Amino acid sequence: MGKKQTIRTIPQERTPMRELAPDVRVKNFLEVACGYSLDEALRESERCLQCPDEPCIAGCPVNIDIPGFIEKLGLNNLRGAYDILTDTNLLPSVCGRVCPQESQCEAVCTVGDTLAPVAIGRLERFVGDTALREGWVNLPHIERNRFRVGIVGSGPAGMACAADMAKAGCDVTVYEAFHEPGGVLKYGIPDFRLPNTVIDAEIANLRKLGVKFECNTLVGRLFTIEQMLDELGFHAVFVGVGAGYPTMLGIPGDSLNGVLSANELLTRCNLMRAKEFPSFDTPLPIGKRIAVVGAGNTAMDAMRVSLRLGAEKVHCIYRRSRAEAPAREEEVHHAEQEGVEFHWLTSPVAILDDGRGGVRAMRCQRMELGSPDESGRRRPVPVQGSEFDFETDLVVYAIGTNANPIMGQTSGLRLNKRGYIATDENLATSIAGVFAGGDIVTGAATVIQAMGAGRKAARSMQDYLHIRDIERPYRDADAGPLGSFLGMDTRERNFTRLRAI
Amino acid sequence: MADLEILSREDFSEVTYLLEVRHPLMAKAARPGQFVIVMLHDHGERIPLTIADFDRERGSITLVIQAVGKTTREMQQQCKVGTSLFAMVGPMGIPSPTTKAKKVVCVGGGLGVAPIYPQAKGFKQSGAYVIAVLGFRTRALVFWEKKFREVCDELILCTNDGSVGIKGLVTDGVQQALARHADIDEVVAIGPPVMMRACADATRARKIKTIVSVNPIMVDGTGMCGGCRVKVGEQVKFACVDGPDFDGHLVDFDDLMSRLRRYTSVEKAAEERWTASCRMSQQLGPSALDALTSGKAPQSELLELPDPFSETLGG
Repeated sequence: MGKKQTIRTIPQERTPMRELAPDVRVKNFLEVACGYSLDEALRESERCLQCPDEPCIAGCPVNIDIPGFIEKLGLNNLRGAYDILTDTNLLPSVCGRVCPQESQCEAVCTVGDTLAPVAIGRLERFVGDTALREGWVNLPHIERNRFRVGIVGSGPAGMACAADMAKAGCDVTVYEAFHEPGGVLKYGIPDFRLPNTVIDAEIANLRKLGVKFECNTLVGRLFTIEQMLDELGFHAVFVGVGAGYPTMLGIPGDSLNGVLSANELLTRCNLMRAKEFPSFDTPLPIGKRIAVVGAGNTAMDAMRVSLRLGAEKVHCIYRRSRAEAPAREEEVHHAEQEGVEFHWLTSPVAILDDGRGGVRAMRCQRMELGSPDESGRRRPVPVQGSEFDFETDLVVYAIGTNANPIMGQTSGLRLNKRGYIATDENLATSIAGVFAGGDIVTGAATVIQAMGAGRKAARSMQDYLHIRDIERPYRDADAGPLGSFLGMDTRERNFTRLRAI
Repeated sequence: MADLEILSREDFSEVTYLLEVRHPLMAKAARPGQFVIVMLHDHGERIPLTIADFDRERGSITLVIQAVGKTTREMQQQCKVGTSLFAMVGPMGIPSPTTKAKKVVCVGGGLGVAPIYPQAKGFKQSGAYVIAVLGFRTRALVFWEKKFREVCDELILCTNDGSVGIKGLVTDGVQQALARHADIDEVVAIGPPVMMRACADATRARKIKTIVSVNPIMVDGTGMCGGCRVKVGEQVKFACVDGPDFDGHLVDFDDLMSRLRRYTSVEKAAEERWTASCRMSQQLGPSALDALTSGKAPQSELLELPDPFSETLGG
């Protein structure tokens, strides 16, 4: 990099990322976006101005030192870049792929005021993938303490919390109900967007930190949260079980056999590997003409999976317009490239049966946008007399999820009105020592938000256990001058320099 | 966690077998009416099975399985004492309350005979008068008679051919119990949907609380996929987390049966392929298995299997 770059001297165009051609990739589950080469990464890293106000750091839910890692990358110091990244982010390969950077770090990038913003996500992925390929792991010195921490759910929130607590010296056990760890990264996000090998590698890194994974364990039913504290000897528990409970539309024909949730479609395909049926036992017969209701990231995944499983035609049915679609722009674009047909401002009214328990068609009506609703998006209003029948043999609902009821059924955790776990601003729940974060607290959100919540909960948990991080400034109101000795809080039991892997 | 070793096995008939699986923690947690999800191997599917018994001292979970499809037949062949299951997760579902009723009829037919046992035992332990009505095809297929007698005040056996007990369907047994006792306050029925519907119909006139345990197709069993949704009255419920017990007078059985047939054709194909590969490996040794995957599977004469959807009795 050498000399200081200005907006005029940096490469003006954002470095494009190579992708598999749409007609090739719809026939397989290979990753669509191929990633940067070293040259491409170096070129893109030059576009970072290293501006002093660093808006990107604040734009990142886990506050990665973005200019820092890009600077190292620009000097071709990949290991250095990796060290900086992993100081704050546990899963760079995952986040580089699935974070909505365009609405986070890249949205506030100074370069983006004039040109296309720096491709921060792509650079992050490049560094993360390099580390996986080279086998780099940053194992910190871990000062063991006597605390045992239980984590419920092995998705992004649980993984992030587990990593931080393991680094703080705790004995961490992660419980997963499925037979493989990874949560939504495994069962939800398909291989062509996030290969399972990447997730497995990141989980292996967690194991190296000493984190234990116990699969096939349905917490709540096999043992309760209260039992974890009282009988199983955990000093603190983090609940990150996700939302998960799929919403059905509640229209006639919902229960027909050709109607399924995107969760079911994706789980069968990704986790249970129905795409390899009959070599794997789980079936997933796909229709010829598929209608996916919804336009979020999950809907895009469901549509693109359907194409790869051999559907002849895949349609997206969404009651608002493209501008309101919650999916990332890149995902909508990829789906369009692959031949998904979008029907904006269209809402299903009923699913029509074929007389044999399956689906023949879906009755839809046209919508128009009215005044904004509480989400700030314009409310779709039905157009009178606009009903029409849309031929389809498989309907997939990707219209969101509700809170999973198991935690509420089996523990004394206080829930909010919508059934999600109620927490204070530090993610502490109504039971002392139990923290919660991710979708089960906020409702469906993104992977990185869940990871942010997991890390925040880990900080609260460390405070609860009186584990102190010497790099964190503490202000303890009631310690006072008498409670401290030479500026050290006498109640601090443990001084550890916490660093990411 | 648990090593999921198979501690004992018993074969009740050509298609019905019992597996006792080690899982001390689950044995401690299990309650009547709950189920597990089992995977035989890492390429397997996840199948829900109702817990037929649990032994806290031995630390074991007992499953009684009917070989009706590829996975259950493969388990029948491979699950020997000393081998282990790949995965077993649970206990899932809301436990059945067995403390309120004073006099109860527990009905089990076909697939449902074994899973009704924990409920009968639970009711007995809370001091209820328990009448069990069990349906089998014929005398030779009867199992657990002694086990049931130990926890029941009355046992009514029903067989298709009348070789033991009364000749007829379990609903005849239920009618008999209802005729003899005017003060029955609960009926619990587990079995094929047709049987559970018949039981619910039998009690409807007298407005006796009737609980049925549904076992639809599931993937995760934790409320995540929605595959197990059941219509109960005006509502849609997920059997895995809202059930598996529901009010038999409200369950839409037509819908339940239709949804159970969802994968019939692919399941049938998978089973035929598996049967064919078993034969091939018997005749030619394991190397022939590779050849099979490329070629068309030879037609197989399948075992005479009970149809889980239409059967009222079972065996």
